[in-house]
This record gives sequence, structure tokens and C-alpha cells, in this order.
Amino acid sequence: MHIPDGYLGPQTYGSMFVVMMPFWIRAYNYIKKTLKNRHIPLLALGAAFSFVIMMFNIPIPGGTTGHAVGGVLLAILLGPWTASLIISIVLIIQALVFGDGGITAIAANCFNIAVVMPFTGYYFYKIIKGNYPLSSKRSLISAGISAYLGLNMAAFFTAIMLGIQPYISRSQNGTPLYCPYPLTVTIPAMMLEHLLLFGWIEAIITVLALYYLIKTNMIKEWENA
Amino acid sequence: MRKLWSIILFLLILSPLGIILPYIFNSKDAWGEWGPEDLKELIGYIPEGLEKLSSLSKPIFPDYNLKIWEDGSLLQQSLGYIITGLIGVGIVVLIVYLLGKVAIKNE
Repeated sequence: MHIPDGYLGPQTYGSMFVVMMPFWIRAYNYIKKTLKNRHIPLLALGAAFSFVIMMFNIPIPGGTTGHAVGGVLLAILLGPWTASLIISIVLIIQALVFGDGGITAIAANCFNIAVVMPFTGYYFYKIIKGNYPLSSKRSLISAGISAYLGLNMAAFFTAIMLGIQPYISRSQNGTPLYCPYPLTVTIPAMMLEHLLLFGWIEAIITVLALYYLIKTNMIKEWENA
Repeated sequence: MRKLWSIILFLLILSPLGIILPYIFNSKDAWGEWGPEDLKELIGYIPEGLEKLSSLSKPIFPDYNLKIWEDGSLLQQSLGYIITGLIGVGIVVLIVYLLGKVAIKNE
């Protein structure tokens, strides 16, 4: 889901930087106002977890690979704004140091993976969980469902960004300048693999991590973050 | 907290599974993340704009590889994966701490 350099034209990746600015500013102001020093280690741990979990590429035999993000887990534990900021940091380092996701596509990838995913997941979680406590069974199930939905929503937005390219940028001889596949190809390709496999992986990892924090009673440290 | 950090470390040591499993199952890049040459194999040409933009970035550890082992054996690549992963986690954690220090001044 990390869009590389070259798949998005300047209209798209440029606009995404404009779109992301207020999100980054708002998220920064949120942690400035809301968080305390004792929360910093939790943020660092969350960032490390997301970074590491993205290294586990899950293969589709003979096909492509994909991976979980941990974005909804972080949104549940730290709130969507904090999650958004730390996943953005992870994505920026992945792009700059590892070439995982393009540099021009940083804002686009941050929008899909660090905004769409945590916010979608967070609000679905809130709605499904209702008034039950963070450590209830209902909360675990809600976390799984919202992780599945969050990753898939991010995949959907990625498919749209890729798929609109052939409609908006073509060379003089009519060939696509950037991502060559139209929406009719990108949406089914991205959604099928995320709906059938990667979404489930995200859900399982989210539920397992949350279950572990609850069982070891470490969830208390996160509850007021 | 220390326990959670040891889990991160444990996951890092297991992380080469993220390249070994795709190797065993003959799986390629994630969808839409092909390099220009692989894309050419799929569609027969490299889109002009894509070719220009894709050569822009020169990452230090491309695809979590140490440059000396980029074309090395699976074992070397796995070691490179762990080492660069460790560096990546270090950078990310450092930035979060620095950001926290700058942004959060209370207590």
C-alpha cells in the first residue's frame, strides 16, 4: 500500500501535501495540548511496533505480498490524532531511508495509511464497542472488525489515487504518464487481496496485541493516553 | 514496558520471515509497488512520468537491505533485514522522543 515514486502525477501527490498539512499541524497541536511526558515512551513503542509489523510481508502464493500496519491498534490505544502523527513519522522514515513508499508520495501514503486507516478504525471501534470497557470481550471483537475495515478503507483510497492517474495524465501519444492501470483494475486488484487476506491479518494482530495488553494488565498504562 | 520492548526485539529477529516466506511462495512485490523494470514486464513499456520520478530517490537501505548484501544469499539478506530494521526502529524511536521533548513541556 506504500505508493512508490512515479505512480502518482504531480497534481495528485502535490494536492496530497496540501491536504496533509492541516492534519499534521492538528495532530502536533493535539499531542502538545493533551499528552504528558509519561506518554512519550508509549508513543515510541507504538511507532516501533508499527515499523516492525510492516516488515512482515505476507505472501499470496505466486502473487503479490502485503502486510499489516497496526494503525487501528494505535488509534484505539493512543487516539486517532496521536496514531496519525506517529504513523506519519514511520512512513516518512520508510520513504527516506528505505525507499519503502515514494518521497513524492509521502503525503499521499500518510493520508491513506496514517489518516484514513486510524480514523476509520477508531470511529468504527467506538461505534461497535459502545459503552463497554476497553478490556471487555466486546472491545476485542470491535477492535478486530475495525482493524479489518480500517486497512481496507486505506487500500480503497490507495486504489483510487492509483486508478485516477490514467484519466488525468497522458503523454502526447496517449499512453499513461504515471500509474498505467485505471480504476477498473486498481480497485478490484487492491480490494480483493485486502478483503480476503491482509485485512484478516490486520484484525488478528490487532486483537492479539490488545488481548495481550489486557491479559498482562499492561493495558492500564495505555488507558489514559 | 521493558517486556513490550523485548517483544519488539523478538519481532525484529523474526522479521526476515517477511522476505523468506515470499521467497518460498514465489510471491513478488506488493500490488502497485513494482519497480520500473518489473512494470515493463507487465505492460510492455515504462510510463514516461513514472520513469523520471522513480529515479529520484536514492535510499540508504533500499528495501531494507545493506548495500553490500543487496544481491547476497537469503541468509545475508535476512541479516541485513534485521540490522536495517533495528536501525529503522532506532531512528523512529529517536524522532518520537525528540518530538515529544519539543512538543510536550508539562509535568
